[in-house]
Amino acid sequence: MFIAAMIGVLITMLMALVRALSGPTVFDRILAVNMFGTKTVLFIAVLGFLSGRPEFLDLALVYVLINFIGTIAILKFVRFGKVETA
Amino acid sequence: MDLIVYYASWALLLCGAFLCAIGGLGILRLPDFYSRQHAAGITDTLGSAFVLIGLMLQSGFSLNAAKLVMILIFLILTSPVATHAIAQAARQSGLEPKVVAEEDEA
Amino acid sequence: MIHVVDMTLLAFLALVAIAVTRMTNLFATSVLTGVYSLLMACIFTVLDAVDVAFTEAAVGAGISTVLFLATLSLTTQREKPQRSPNWKALCVALLTGGALVYGTFDMPHFGDPQAPVHQHVGPHYIGVSPTQIGVPNMVTSVLASYRGYDTLGETAVIFTACMAVLLLLQHEKRRDEQSTVEKKPDKEAMEHAIILRVQSKFFIPLILLFGLYVQFHGDFGPGGGFQAGVIFAAGIILYSLVNGLDKARQIIPPNVLHGLVAFGLLLYAGTGLASLFMDGNFLQYRALAEEATHGEHIGILLIELGVGITVATVMTSMFFSFSGRRRS
Repeated sequence: MFIAAMIGVLITMLMALVRALSGPTVFDRILAVNMFGTKTVLFIAVLGFLSGRPEFLDLALVYVLINFIGTIAILKFVRFGKVETA
Repeated sequence: MDLIVYYASWALLLCGAFLCAIGGLGILRLPDFYSRQHAAGITDTLGSAFVLIGLMLQSGFSLNAAKLVMILIFLILTSPVATHAIAQAARQSGLEPKVVAEEDEA
Repeated sequence: MIHVVDMTLLAFLALVAIAVTRMTNLFATSVLTGVYSLLMACIFTVLDAVDVAFTEAAVGAGISTVLFLATLSLTTQREKPQRSPNWKALCVALLTGGALVYGTFDMPHFGDPQAPVHQHVGPHYIGVSPTQIGVPNMVTSVLASYRGYDTLGETAVIFTACMAVLLLLQHEKRRDEQSTVEKKPDKEAMEHAIILRVQSKFFIPLILLFGLYVQFHGDFGPGGGFQAGVIFAAGIILYSLVNGLDKARQIIPPNVLHGLVAFGLLLYAGTGLASLFMDGNFLQYRALAEEATHGEHIGILLIELGVGITVATVMTSMFFSFSGRRRS
C-alpha cells in the first residue's frame, strides 16, 4: 500500500511540475511550487515508512515550514516588487 | 482490532493518494488560475491529512505518531493561509477571473 | 521499488534543470531553483543522507529563494538576450565534463562493499564511535568531534561570508537612512495581511521552538547546529516578511546581531582553547571533564551551540542587509 501512495504522490509531483514549467501567469507557478512542496512532505513521510525507517519525519516537518515561508516571500515580492515593504 | 486498523489505514492511504492525484489533474486541466486554486488548495490539505492519518494508524502509539500529528497540525495551519495569500495577491495584482459570457436564451 | 523512485526523481531533476537554463524570466528561474533544491533533498533522503537533506531543504528551498528574490527586486526581471551561441564555452564545458566522466571509470561502483572507504574508514569510525564518544548519531560524532577542525573552518567561512555581505551592503544602508523620505504606511497592504499576521503570531513561536528542538536533538537524530540555525533564521525572516523590516530591526537590533555572529565563532574556538588549557590538544574534548565521554558530550554541546548561533545570526543579518537596500 505504501507503493500505491508513493506512486500517487509522484504522479502529483509530476503534474505540479508541468504546471510550474508552463504556467502562463506567475501565480500559476507559485501555486504549483506550493503544491510541490506539500507533496514533498508527503513523499518524505511515505518514503520513511516504505523503507522501514520512519525516523526521517523531522525532515518533513522542516519542509512544511520552508514551503510556507518561501511562498509568503514570493508573494511579497510579486505584490510589492520587493521582498520588504514599509 | 489490528486488522481493522490495518484496513482503515490502507483505505485512508489510497484515498489520500487518489485525492492528491485528482488535485494534480485539476491543476493541469482547469482553464483559469482561480479554478486551479480551488483544485490545489482543497486537495492539498485534505489529501495530505488522509495520507498522514493513514500513516499514523500504521505506527500506533509511538514517537513517530506524535511527529505525524505535529506535521498534520503544521500543515493545517499553513496550507489554507498560503492558498488564501496566493489568491489575494493575484486578485490585488489585477488578475481577472475568466467569466463565461451569459447567453440570453429567449 | 526504491530504484524506480530514484530514477523518477532524477528525471524530474533533469527536467527542472533544463527548464532553469532555457527560461529567460528570472523570477520563474529563481522559483524553479527552489523546486530543484526540494528535489535534491528528496534524492538525499532516498540515499539515506538525512542530515544533508535537512540542510539542503532549509537552505536551498527557503533561504536561497528569499535571497534571490531580494536581489531580483534590485535588477531587471528578464535575462539579456544572447546574440549568438557561445561555441567556445560549450567546447570547454564538454571537454571538462568528458574528463570528469572519464575519471569516474576508475572509481569503485556506487555502494560497492569492497570499496576502500567501506573497508577501512567506515568500519573504523562505526566501531570506535559508540565507545569513544557515545553519541547515537554518528554523523554528529564525526562532524563535531573526529572532524571538528574542519567544522571550525566551515563556521569561519560562514562568518567571513557574513562579513563580506555586511561590508558590501552596509554602506549603502547608511546612505539611505540619511535621506529624509517620508515613508507612508501602505494602508491597503496592512489591512489585507491580517489573516497572515494572526496566523504568524501563532506559528512563529512553534518555528523557534522547533529550531531549538533540532539544535539539541542533533545527537540522537538528524539535526545539529547548521540546520537549527537555518530554521531559527527562517522564523525571524517570516516575522520580518509579515510585519515589516523596521519592526524586525527593532526587535533584533543589528548591533546585537553582529555581536552574536562573532560570539558563535568565538564559542567554538573558545571550546578548543579551553581543552588546550586543560592539558589536551586543541579541540580534544575529552580533556574538558574527568570522564572522556562526558567531556566529549560537553564539547559537542558547546560547539553545536556556537555553530547554531553563528548560522542563525548570519542568515538573519544577510537577509536584513539584502532587503534593506532600496532601488536608487
